Amino acid sequence: MNKRFQWDFWAWITLLSIVVFGLFLMYPLFSLFASAFQDAVTGEFTMENFTHFFDRKYYYQSMINSFSVTTCVTVLAVIIGTALAYFMTLFKVRGKNIVEICIIISLLSPPFIGAYSWILIGGRSGILTQWLAGMGIDFPSIYGFAGILLVLTLKLYPFIYLYVAGAMKNIDSALIEAAESLGCSGIKKVVTIMLPLITPTILAGALMVFMNAMADFGTPMLIGEGFNVMPVMIYSEFINEVGDQANFAAAMAAIMVLITSTIFMLQKYVVNKKSFTMSSLRPLPVGEMTGVKNVVMHLCIYVLVALSMIPQLVVIYTSFLKTNGSIFVDGYSLDSYRTIFESLGTAITNTYLYSTAAMAMIVFLGMTVAYLTTRKKSWLTDVIDTLTMFPYIIPGSVLGITLLLAFNEEPMLLSGTAIIIIISLVIRRLPYTLRSSSAILYQLSPSLEEASISLGASPVKTFFKVTAVMMLPGVMSGAIISWITAINELSSSVILFTGATKTMSVAIYTEVIRASYGTAAALSTILTLTTITAMVIFFKVSGRRDVTL
Amino acid sequence: MSVAITADKVVKRYGDLTIIPQLTQNIRNGEFFTLLGPSGCGKTTLLRMIAGFNSIEGGQIRFNDQVINDIPAHKRNIGMVFQSYAIFPHLTVRENVEYGLKLRNMPKDEMKAKVDKILDVVQITEYQDGGQQQRVALARAIVIHPSVLLMDEPLSNLDAKLRVEMRSAIREVQKQVGITTVYVTHDQEEALAISDRIAVMKKGVIQQTASPHTIYTRPYNVFVATFIGHSNLFKGRIEESGGSKAVVFADGFVLPMNNLNEAAKVGDDVTIAVRPEEFSICGEGQGVKCTIKTKVFLGKYITYGLDFPDDMLIPDQPAIEFSQDLGHAERVLDIGDTVYLKPNAAKVNVFMADGSKSLMEGVVENE
Repeated sequence: MNKRFQWDFWAWITLLSIVVFGLFLMYPLFSLFASAFQDAVTGEFTMENFTHFFDRKYYYQSMINSFSVTTCVTVLAVIIGTALAYFMTLFKVRGKNIVEICIIISLLSPPFIGAYSWILIGGRSGILTQWLAGMGIDFPSIYGFAGILLVLTLKLYPFIYLYVAGAMKNIDSALIEAAESLGCSGIKKVVTIMLPLITPTILAGALMVFMNAMADFGTPMLIGEGFNVMPVMIYSEFINEVGDQANFAAAMAAIMVLITSTIFMLQKYVVNKKSFTMSSLRPLPVGEMTGVKNVVMHLCIYVLVALSMIPQLVVIYTSFLKTNGSIFVDGYSLDSYRTIFESLGTAITNTYLYSTAAMAMIVFLGMTVAYLTTRKKSWLTDVIDTLTMFPYIIPGSVLGITLLLAFNEEPMLLSGTAIIIIISLVIRRLPYTLRSSSAILYQLSPSLEEASISLGASPVKTFFKVTAVMMLPGVMSGAIISWITAINELSSSVILFTGATKTMSVAIYTEVIRASYGTAAALSTILTLTTITAMVIFFKVSGRRDVTL
Repeated sequence: MSVAITADKVVKRYGDLTIIPQLTQNIRNGEFFTLLGPSGCGKTTLLRMIAGFNSIEGGQIRFNDQVINDIPAHKRNIGMVFQSYAIFPHLTVRENVEYGLKLRNMPKDEMKAKVDKILDVVQITEYQDGGQQQRVALARAIVIHPSVLLMDEPLSNLDAKLRVEMRSAIREVQKQVGITTVYVTHDQEEALAISDRIAVMKKGVIQQTASPHTIYTRPYNVFVATFIGHSNLFKGRIEESGGSKAVVFADGFVLPMNNLNEAAKVGDDVTIAVRPEEFSICGEGQGVKCTIKTKVFLGKYITYGLDFPDDMLIPDQPAIEFSQDLGHAERVLDIGDTVYLKPNAAKVNVFMADGSKSLMEGVVENE
C-alpha cells in the first residue's frame, strides 16, 4: 500500500488546527513583532521603538518593577505554598477539606477581585483604614508594590500548594524509611530527601506563578497606582488614543514575550535535567503535632486561608450594601443586583455564552488535535505540537493586542465581534486541554482502537465511538477548569471588548474604575458563585479532590 | 466465511530498514496456523499486515483470490484478539460482543440470539480475571463471522495455569467454528500444543512450515532444531559403512544411518543434532564417551549436563544435555561418572555443516 494522501477527517483536523493557530496566533504575533521594528509614520525598519523604551526611565522602570514584584511574588508563593503542602500532607489538620476547598476557590477567582477587595478593606477610604484612623492609627498604604505583592501572593500560592501536595503524595514512605535506616533524621531528612524529590515540581509551579504574576493586568492596574508594570504600560500605551503609540506598544510586548519565553525555556531546561518519575506504593504516613506546635500550625494555616478568603467574603458582603452612587451608605439592599440586571445583563449572558462556546471548541480541538499529535505523528503534526506551546508564553494582554491589530481591517474584520473574544479564550486555554488529552491518550492502548477497526468500524467512527468516549471524562473535567478560567478572564478581553461584547470580568473592571463598587461587588458575587458551582460540578465529574491547571 | 490466505513475496519496510524481505506462505482454509519465533522476528508485523494495521511495501496478500493490499482494515472482515485483551472498558461484556454486530446493522432479536450462543461457546462465567477477559475478546472477534481470526500473543499476559486452560479453550472454539486462524506466539510449547501447522520465523524469514510433530522431529535447519526444544550439536562426517551411509563423530564413533537423502555425500562434513532424550546409556565403545558435569532431578526425568572434548562439538552451545526417563532407567548416574551414550539413529537429525539445511530424507522447508 503506497502512502497516498487521503483527504480524510484527519486531514481536515490538521488543516483546521493549522488555520486556527496559524491565523489567530502566529500571524498576529509575527505582525506584532514586525510592527515593533517599524517606524510609526514612515513604516520603515527601525530600532527606534526599542531604544525609546530603554532610553527613558519611565518606561524601563516598568520592566524592573515587573521583575522585582514578580520575583518577590514567586519566592513568597513558593515558601508559603510548599510549607502549607508540607504541613497539610504530613500532619493531621482539622478541617483539611474545607481548607483545601477555600484554597482552590481563591485560586480560581479573578485576581483583580482580590485587588479591589483589598482596596475596600485597606484603601484610602477602606473599612479597616477608617476604623484604625478613628483610633488614631495610620494604616500603611496598600497601593503600589506592597499591594500587588499581597494580592498576587495570596492569589498564586495555591498553585504551588496544589503542585507540591500532589508530588508529596507520590513520595513512597519507603524512601523516607530508607533514609532513616541509614541514620538520617529530622530536618536533614527534609533537606536531603524530600526537598530534592519535590524540587522539579516546585520549579514547575514556580513557573506557573511567575508567568501568571508577570502577565497579570488587573491587579497592578487597580492597586498599583504609580507603580507601573509592563502589562499596564503596554495596555495604556496601546489604548492611548493620542499619537501613534501602537508600534511602541508592540515593541514593549515583544520585549515581554522575549522575557517570558526565556524564563519558560530556562525552566524547561532545569526541569528536564532534574526530573524523574515517582509512584508511591505506600504514601507518607500522616503524623500528629502536639502542644504549642500544633496550635501554632493550625493558627498559621487558618490565618492564611482567612486572608485568602477575605476578598471573596468582602465582595459578597458589600454587594448587599445600600449604595448612593459610589458611596456605601448604612443598611442593606439588593439595589446593586437590580442595577446590573437592568444595565449589565448582557455582560452576564455574554460571559456564559463566550465561555461555553470556547469550551465546546476547546473540547473538540483538544481531543482531535491531541489525537493527531500522539497517534498520527508526522513532521506536520510536530509543527502543530510546537505551535500549541506558544500560548504558554504569551501574556493575555499581548495576545489581545496582537489579535486586535491583525483583525482590525477588511477583509478580516473581526474586532468588536464576539468571535474574536471566543478565539482568544480558545487560544489561551487550548494548550492545557491538549496536554491533558495527550496524557490520557498515551495511557489508552492503541489495541482498543485496532479492536474496533477489526470489528468493522472505520477509523473515524472508531475515534468517536471508542477513543473519544474514553477520553471524555478526563477532558471534560479539564474543560470545566478551562471554563472557570474563561469566565474570569480579563487581560485579553479588556483589550478586545466593545460595548456589545462586554463580559462580567470586564464589567467589574470598568465599574471599579468608575468607582461603582456596589455593582462591581454584585457582579463579582455572581462570578464567584458561578465559579464555586462549576467547581462542585468538576469534583463530581472527575471524582477528584484536587485541581490541575 | 472462512478463507485461505496467501502471502506472495510480501515485503515490509520501515524507511531503509527491511523487516520482512519477500515472504511467501500459504495458509489453508480452516487451519490453525501459528507464527512462532523470537521477539523481533517479524511475526507480529506479518500478522498486522494481514489485519491491515501495517502497510504492505511489496508483493500481495490474498484472501482466497482477492488481493487485500489496498482494502482498509475495517473492511477486511477480520476478527482480532490482542495481547492486552482490548476490551472496551466503557461497554459491558454484552455490549462488547454486540459492537461488531451493531456495525453490521443486525436486527435486535437476531443479535441477541447470536450473542447468547457465542457467549455459551466461549463459556463466559464471571467477568474478572484475564482468562475471562480474553474469552470475551474471543467471543467479540468470532461473533461477526470473520474471514480469518488473528491472534497476537493472546495468552502471554496470563499466568501459567490459565494459559494452559485458555490454550485448549481457544483450540476447541476454533475447531467448533472452523475458522482460518493465524496465531502469533513466542512460546514454543503453546505453539506445539495448539497448531495445525507452525511457521518458525527468524529475521523476517520463515525457516520452516510444518505440523508440530514434524517441526520437532524433523527440523529443516539447525535454527529450528535448537529453537524448538533442545538439540545437542556435534561435528561429524559422512562415511561409507558396510554398504550404506553412516555419520562419524569427531571421536571416531560411527552411527550407521538409513534415512539420509541424496544430498548427503560421502566425505562431507555435517552437523549432527541429538535431542537430550535421544541418547541411551550403552557399553564401552558403543557410543560417544563423555563425563557427567551437572545433574538436575525433575521427577519424571533427570537431566544431566555432559562434558565432551571441545573438538567434538559445534562451538557456542548453551548446554549439552542428556535426559534420562526414570520410567526406563536401569541405573542413575552421578556427577563425575564417565559414560558411553548411544544416539538413536532413527531419531537424530543430520544437517549440512553450516546448519542451513537438513540432510534427512523427505524433510522439506514448507510442508
